[in-house]
Parts: sequence; C-alpha cells; structure tokens
Amino acid sequence: MNLWSEFLRGVTKDNPVFALLLGLCPTLAVTTSMENGIGMAAASMFVLLCANIIISSLKHHIPPTIRVPIFILVIATFVSIIGMVMEAFTPALHTALGVFVPLIVVNCMIIGRAEAYASKNPVSFSVADGLGIGTGFLLVLAAIGGIRELFGTGEIVLFGLTLIQMPIEASTFMIMPPGAFFTIAVLMALVNYRRAKLLERGG
Amino acid sequence: MPENSLFTIFLNGVFIENFILIQFLGLCPFLGVTKETRSAVGMSAAVIFVMTIASAVTFAVASFLLIPFNLGFLELIAFIVVIASLVQLVEYIIRKHLPPLYKSLGIYLPLIASNCAVLGLVLLNRIQDFTFVEGIVFGVAAGIGFGIVMILMSAVRERSSLVNIPSSVKGVPYAFFAATMLSMAFVNYFEVIPL
Repeated sequence: MNLWSEFLRGVTKDNPVFALLLGLCPTLAVTTSMENGIGMAAASMFVLLCANIIISSLKHHIPPTIRVPIFILVIATFVSIIGMVMEAFTPALHTALGVFVPLIVVNCMIIGRAEAYASKNPVSFSVADGLGIGTGFLLVLAAIGGIRELFGTGEIVLFGLTLIQMPIEASTFMIMPPGAFFTIAVLMALVNYRRAKLLERGG
Repeated sequence: MPENSLFTIFLNGVFIENFILIQFLGLCPFLGVTKETRSAVGMSAAVIFVMTIASAVTFAVASFLLIPFNLGFLELIAFIVVIASLVQLVEYIIRKHLPPLYKSLGIYLPLIASNCAVLGLVLLNRIQDFTFVEGIVFGVAAGIGFGIVMILMSAVRERSSLVNIPSSVKGVPYAFFAATMLSMAFVNYFEVIPL
C-alpha cells in the first residue's frame, strides 16, 4: 500500500460515481456545462480533502457512538466555508450551482469516505484517498458536462475559452434534465461493458 | 392566477419542479428502494411526512432563531442538525403511538436523515422566501411528486425483471434509461400539453 496506488484506486477502481454510485445528485444536476461540472467537483474535492484530514487526525478522540453527527458537523463547516468563498470570488458559478453548493453536505461520497476510510487510516493516506476520489469525481463531472455541453450547444466553452466547436445541429435535449439521465445511462453501460471485458480477459 | 398562489406552488412542487426528475434531488432512494413497489410506497410515505414537518420546523428555526440573532451563516449547520434530530424524534413518536405505521416505514425513516431531497427542500424554501403556509404546501407537494416518481419507477423496474436485456445495461443503467423517458414526460418534451 503506497500513497500513489491509494490515489489511483480512487480514480479508477473505486471511482465514486461509476463504481461506488455515490454523489449522483450533483453529478446529474450541475453538469449542464463542463465549467459547472468542474466547479462543482472542485468544491466537493476541497470539502472531501479537508474533512478527511480533520477526521483522520481526530480519529482517536471521536467517540464511536456519536461519530456520524460529528462527521456531519465537520463536513457542514467546510461546506459553509467553501460556499462563502465561492459567493465572494466566483459569484456567477455560485449562482449557476445554486442549491447544490450547500447540498455538498449530504453528498454521500464525502461522509462515505469519512466513515469507510478516513476514520480508520493515517492522515497521509487519507489525503491520498481524498485527492484520488476527488479527482475521479472531477473527471466524471467534466466528462458528463463536456458531453452534454457539446451535443447541447455545439461547443465547449471553458472559462471563456472555446475548446471545441462542432458543426452539428445542437439539441437542447442534452442540456435538459432527460439528457443528464441519458448521458449517465450510456456512460455507465459502457463502463460496465468494459469492466466485464477486462474480467473475462483476466480470469 | 397570482404568481404565488398556493395552487401554483403545489403544481410546481409536484410536476414542474419535480424533485427527482427535474431537480435531481433524492437520487439515492430513487435507485436504492425502487426495486419493488412495496418499499417505494413506504419510502414515499415517510418522505412526504418528514418533508411536511421539516418545512414547518425549519421555518420556525430560521425566523425565530437565525434571523433575529443574525446567525444566517450558521443556516446550513442548523438545518442539518434540525433535520437529523427531527427524523429521530419522528421515529420515536411513531414507534410509540402508531406501531403499524412504524412497522411499514421502519427501516426507511433513518435513511431520510441523509436524503438530499429533504435538505434541498428546506434550502429551496429559504431561497424562494416562502411564508410558513407556502413552505408547508411546497413541502407536501414535493413529497407527493417524489412519491409519484418512486412508484412509477418501481412499477417499471418490477416489469423489467422479466425482460431480456444485455448484462452491462442491467440494473442501474437500465434505471437511468427508464428515468430518461419519465423525465421527458415531466419536462413536456414533446409538448403534449401546449404551454
């Protein structure tokens, strides 16, 4: 077990969205564009990382019977902080993400990692885990946001920079709610297919 | 019809701003407990119940505690604590006084504490500046909208167990494909109802 493999595990094998099925609400709700997806994932990653550090360094002092309320309070504190920071420095993004910024507090990905990992492992590994899971989440949200933005508007604009432009007839379907369900259904089926293929080859 | 009549708020909560299919709140129970209709009904009943009470209680907490004492920045922490303890309290009361209801809701009640639909509801109530009554109506409506979708979905998934589908689509991807169709109906995609 080394730090790098812990980090990679969070990105691939334990990917929060496709493998653990955690944090699905923000995954679908805020991915109308790549920029929103990345903003949301970065905010979640900050909270996840800070919560992992605090919880794993206090793990010997937290009484096991009331650990869940304590986890929630730690998480809620960091969510309040990132909410205020975003409101002050990136007001447009804060408005676009709306109610989903405070809702990071009930993102089961974060409390799930606190319970399953940070409360049992040393701080350095918890940092690697938080960074890995956070990066996995970031990649998925950026991918879903990118796909929806590309097919929904015909181009991907990231922080004022046009990345890709496609001469296709854009369909608003993809940036409407059904498009979110459709995108994740297709991606998840592809991931499952790939995983089954890899298993077949391995065994 | 005035902009914020109670009836408009109700319709908004049930259909136009449906919590699961339009706002993507509460996807965990949507995927977790829709494998059979019985549990979907139990979960929906528990959610309607908790949402209604949570609307009332958080309104009181916000207007008598947070706003007068200028503690707006504690809003999130206060709400999450209130909801968690509320769910506990409701569980005790139901277990003591309504044992049959407790038996049918039992396992779903504690799950609601970590349900983003309930916290989302009280935050939306605050954002839209709803009054006490408006908040309760929106809470009931959101709960009913949640319930309708849960029951529809569970019916679809019960049927799907009889269908032969590729193994990589089985389970969650299938549920998301079904949700795509349901969501298209809810956003009035084909403009069946002219607006």
